[in-house]
Order: sequence, then structure tokens, then C-alpha cells
Amino acid sequence: MKYPAGPAPELPPLFAGKPCVDASKCGGKCSKCVEVCPTGAISVGVAQTGPMLDIGRCIFCRECEKQCPSGAFSFSKEFHMSASKRDDLVTGGGATPIPLSLTRSIPKVFSRSLKLRQVSAGGCNACEADTNVLGTIAWDLGRFGVQFVASPRHADGILVTGPVTENMKSALLKTYEAVASPKIVIAVGACAIAGGPYIGHPEVYNGASGVVPVDLFIPGCPPHPLTILDGILGLLSAIEKSG
Amino acid sequence: MMDPPNLMNGEVLPLAEVASIPIAEFREEIIESVERGARIAAFFGAGRKNDMVQLVCVLASDRHGTFSIISTQVSGHYESLTPVCEQAHLFEREVFEQWQIKPEGHPWLKPIRFQPPRTGKTSGNGPVGVCGVTDFFSMTGEDIHEVAVGPVHAGIIEPGHFRFQCHGEMVYHLEISLGYQHRGVERAMIGGPDKRTIHYAETLAGDTSVAHAVAYSRAIESLAKSRVSARSQVIRGIGQELERLANHVGDMGALAGDIGFLPTMSYCGRIRGDLLNATAEICGNRFGRGLVRPGGVGFDIDSATVGRILKRIEAAEDDAESAIALLWNTPSVLSRFEGTGAIDGETCESIGLVGVAARACGAERDVRKDFSYGIYRLSHIPISTWGTGDVFARAFVRWLEIQQSFAFVKDQLAALPAGGIMEPCGSLAPSHIVVSLVEGWRGEICHVAITDERGRIANWKIVDPSFHNWFGLAMALRNQQISDFPLCNKSFNLSYCGHDL
Repeated sequence: MKYPAGPAPELPPLFAGKPCVDASKCGGKCSKCVEVCPTGAISVGVAQTGPMLDIGRCIFCRECEKQCPSGAFSFSKEFHMSASKRDDLVTGGGATPIPLSLTRSIPKVFSRSLKLRQVSAGGCNACEADTNVLGTIAWDLGRFGVQFVASPRHADGILVTGPVTENMKSALLKTYEAVASPKIVIAVGACAIAGGPYIGHPEVYNGASGVVPVDLFIPGCPPHPLTILDGILGLLSAIEKSG
Repeated sequence: MMDPPNLMNGEVLPLAEVASIPIAEFREEIIESVERGARIAAFFGAGRKNDMVQLVCVLASDRHGTFSIISTQVSGHYESLTPVCEQAHLFEREVFEQWQIKPEGHPWLKPIRFQPPRTGKTSGNGPVGVCGVTDFFSMTGEDIHEVAVGPVHAGIIEPGHFRFQCHGEMVYHLEISLGYQHRGVERAMIGGPDKRTIHYAETLAGDTSVAHAVAYSRAIESLAKSRVSARSQVIRGIGQELERLANHVGDMGALAGDIGFLPTMSYCGRIRGDLLNATAEICGNRFGRGLVRPGGVGFDIDSATVGRILKRIEAAEDDAESAIALLWNTPSVLSRFEGTGAIDGETCESIGLVGVAARACGAERDVRKDFSYGIYRLSHIPISTWGTGDVFARAFVRWLEIQQSFAFVKDQLAALPAGGIMEPCGSLAPSHIVVSLVEGWRGEICHVAITDERGRIANWKIVDPSFHNWFGLAMALRNQQISDFPLCNKSFNLSYCGHDL
């Protein structure tokens, strides 16, 4: 695979990348988008000029795109969607990628070698499956110095999937505490960012940031392996630059 | 009692016609049916009225391709089925955990998910304890030691806790404790269907999105008396077999990886991706999200897409054939697969295994044939079996199925019937029950839907194949070296989230 030095792998024609909102098309006369969104990702408020879509809550079902009478919603081919600031994921705009800006200073040492412990906490195993893909020969995550390790004691941080169930909260906290400081946390997928399809269930914590501090949010349901890789590389590059 | 009606897969029944019988007869009917060869496809609490909890049992007869539904009202406790009917083991524990109905004399009564008691739409606040903190079966004696693994694992794997009782390297007993993925899906489905319900179906087990969405949609369509076009049925069939292909090929690679046989692991990891991408050609999503919707499918396949998918899968088929042939031609691979984690046919039947694990024990059990549905009623896929019940058999059955699924997908793509892809479903028949069975890539998926008097979901019971098969993995580990656990585990490759719901 030539990416990231060369072109990214080809994405399917129907790939749903970064959702886009065209406020100029929204007549503001209905709230169909809000009604049909299964996870409450869309809001239309009086103070806003148009609908706002939270990519962190979005499960990419394209219902807003299908149902909006004025075609204000679309899904671009943009696979770069990750953010460090949770608020950066709320968009009222187009496909232009969000620049990744760190919310805190992270030691530069991580930018060349990052060992992660993965904690799966209540999702459907699709995010795990597409994170695992990065270990296959074509993607070869190891070439970037990123590796998943078998103990939190060997790790520089954790990668969380799932909405964090009541039943996984304690294991997530223990794993986080077992990783030596300084450490980072990456939340992969709609569940780990905001609860995904299970948002609001009393059995879950609506994502990792309710339990541990998160440094990188990678949206998708599940995110394409390319989105996950791009997110991790974006974080490493931001760390490199911040030092 | 009068014999309960024999139902076909997806046939609706008014709730008033469900045989409601005293608990003693209910027990007897289950025990006798299972002795005659039926299986417990579902057994669950369907609601509480005052002190009484309604228990429902779906008994599936593979031989006749029909099932019967029986029900009873119990309060407090009843005599456990498990000592005389092992298939009931986990089901009775689930009922006990959710509804506090105690099966007296159950040999191993403890929580399975550490979830709060069910009280309808809301979950109760009863103390449930900490997930995984419970008494485990243990052994004592010189040199006996216990190994505890999980819930967080060494790789990128769902959470579960495994407790091994070992003597040296030898595993005498493995107990599997789950529940970490419990996110309250069945509870949340009550009162629906609504805009979230299909997404629950697609995320019951994210690697089985298509098959679970088909099981869900078929139940809705039956209750709404809605017909699905031939074209949609074929597209659903293609989606289901592409899902089976991606997972089976991925498993062949993972099995190779667990014995350090890197060529097949590396090839299959890539080929799996190609197959997921074939599904994404249809609907944009590698896991088939959005493909299946009640009333049909969400995406049509035009002729250009047919060409692209064919090109992908023809290449994947050639590659898979040579990558997997390496396994059968390598003595060191066969010596690790053969005889490892074997389950005999008798155990398979008594604990009620389904899917690949059952067919690897020689059982000719496949929903696509036994309870045929959708396109499989017209285009038959031969059942693939092998008799040795070991890791080799579970691998080899996958390989046989991979070949069948490739042929099926190519045939179906070449003969897509004309017609529409979506007939929206109307309202659901009130106070009815329907059982929808689908053969997912792991095995039998069972959805039981019950509507209330307004035609809303009163209860939606989901039985993922993993629910039947986790105990099979525990049995397969007996008298095995603990170092063979990863290999045995991968040969089942069961779902944690599908079990935990």
C-alpha cells in the first residue's frame, strides 16, 4: 500500500465518508432530519443558521440524506474525519477536513513509537474487526511504529471501542490506570465517542470520555480502516508538530 | 394436551393460539420433544403479570422443518429441566437472571450477563453484583492450578472471562463468564419498531449484520403480511453468502495464525478484506449495514456493480483456493488441527450445538435447508459436514462452505430477477407471535417477536448461535493442553456481543 506517501486505497463508489450539511439548501421549514436521525446527531436551533450534525454521534445510516426534502445533507468521499476536540466533530459545513488540533500537550516521544492496549467495551465487534485489519500485511500498521500490545504495562495508551457498558467500566478504568503515565486514549467508532445506537441506554456510559479522558475521536459505524489509520497518523503528526 | 400447531419458519400465530399449559406439562413436552430429536431454539420469559411470569419455549424439529411454540405461567420457581435436558442449561440461567424464576435443582445456577432484572421496558434496580465476580467451578489437589484470562485480552478481541482448572498443561475444566458487552438491546426494542430498531438488529453482532437484519426483517414482514420481491430475496442471499465468505475466509487465516502458519494467515487476511469490499460495492459498507431493510433491500445491484463484484470474487476465489490448499498439504498444520478440541456427536446433540460447530460433528443441520427461507427455497445450497468434531473438522467444513458460497453468489449475480427492491411494510398484526430463523455464518439465528394489542413490539427475543455454542467450546477444551485454547477458541469463533445483547 502506497498510502500515506502515495494515493489512498480505492474506496467503494457508495462509500459514506464525512457527512456534509449545505445550510443554503435548508429551508428551515421542517425538522425532518432531526426526526429521522436514530441517534439524535442532528440539531436545528434558533441561534443557528442551519442544521448542525454531530459526526461523533452519526452512525452513517444516510437517513437524513434520504429524507431531507431539500437535499441539504450528503455524504462525501472524505475519509479524514478524526478530531482531538470533541466539539470539532459538530459540523454545519462541507467535506473540507477538520484540522486536528490537540487539546493538551502530549510528549513528543509517542510520535515515533506508540504501543496501544485495546479495550473492547460493549459494541458490536465491527470496530474491533476493522481495527484488526490494520494489522494485516497490506495495511501493516507496524511500519508507523504503532503496535497493539498484550499488556497495559507495555502500552503508551489505550484504544477504546464500544459505548462502555456498566459491565466494562471497571475493566476499562483498571486498564487505564495500569498504563504508565504519560498516556493517551483513542476512541474508535460512534459507540466509543457518544454511545452509537445505544446512546441513552441505562446499561452504557455513552462513550469512553464519560469514564477516561480522550485524546482522539475517530468517527464511523464502524470507521473504515483508512479512517482509523488516518486518525492515528493525524494524532502522531500533531504530536510531532506540537513538540 | 392437544399437539401445538406445527409452524413454518416465519409463520405468524395469534397469541391466543399459543398452547398455554401447566408447568408440569410444559416441562414434559420439552423433555419428550428433545428426546425425539427436537432442539430448544428459544426459551425465555415473555413478561410478568402480578406474580406470574410467562415462559415461552420454541421447539425446532430439523427433520420436519417445523417448530412448535408452547407457553406456561410460573411463579417463583419450578423444577429445573437442565438435569434431564442439557440444552436448557443456559436458557434457564437467563430466565432466572432476567425474571427471578428459579429452576429448582439446576446444577449451576448463576448469572450469565450480570444484568438487572427485567421489568418490561425499564430495567430494574436490583443488585446484580460486579460482572464476572462469582463463584467458579474449582478443583483442589496437588499441582492443580487455576488460570484466569480476561475480560480484557491480549489482542483486539471482545471482552469475556475464561477460568481454566488445570493440572500441569492439561485443562480439566473451562468455565466461560460473559456479560461484559451487555448493552440492553432486547429491552430497548420493546415498544418499537422505531427508527433505531433496524440498527439494533444490524449491531447485535457486527460481523453478522446481514443475517441478523434478515432475521429481524423477516419477522417484521410476516407480522405486517408484507411480501418481498424476488429481486430483494436474491440480493439478500448474495449479502448473506458474502458475509459467510468474508468471515469463513478470515477464520481460515486466523486458524493458520494461531498455529504460526503465516502464509495462509497473510493471504486470508487480505482476501477477507476483498470480500468485505465486495459487500461494500453493493451498499457502501463493508459489513452490509443498510443493505437489508424490512420490505426488501436498501440498495439495488446494477449491471456495472454485478461486473465489479464478479471480478472481485472471482479473484478472491482463486486466491482463497490456493491459500487454503496450503493448509491441507502441510503435515505440520494437519498435525495441529487433527484431534484437537474434539467433540463427539452425542455431546453435540445433548448440548444442542448449531452451525459450523454442529456440522463439524457430522450433524446435518442448516437452517437454509431445514427451515428454508428466502432465495434458499429455490436455490439450494448443499449442507457441508465432516464427522470428526475437532479443529480440523471445523476448519474443513468452513472450506467446504466457502466453495458452496462462491458458487452460489456467482450463480445469483448471473440471474438477478427483474423487479423492485422495496415494498414498505404496513402496521404489525396485534397480539401475534412469529419465529424467524436464519442461518448466519456461525449458525442458527433465532428471533422471536411478540406484538402487543396495539401492534407494537411487546417482546423481542434474540438467540445468537453463540448462545448455543459457547458451552461447546468449554467442552472442547476438556483434556486439552491449555496452549491449544487459542486454536480451539478460533475454531468456534463465537460472538460475545451476540450472546450478551
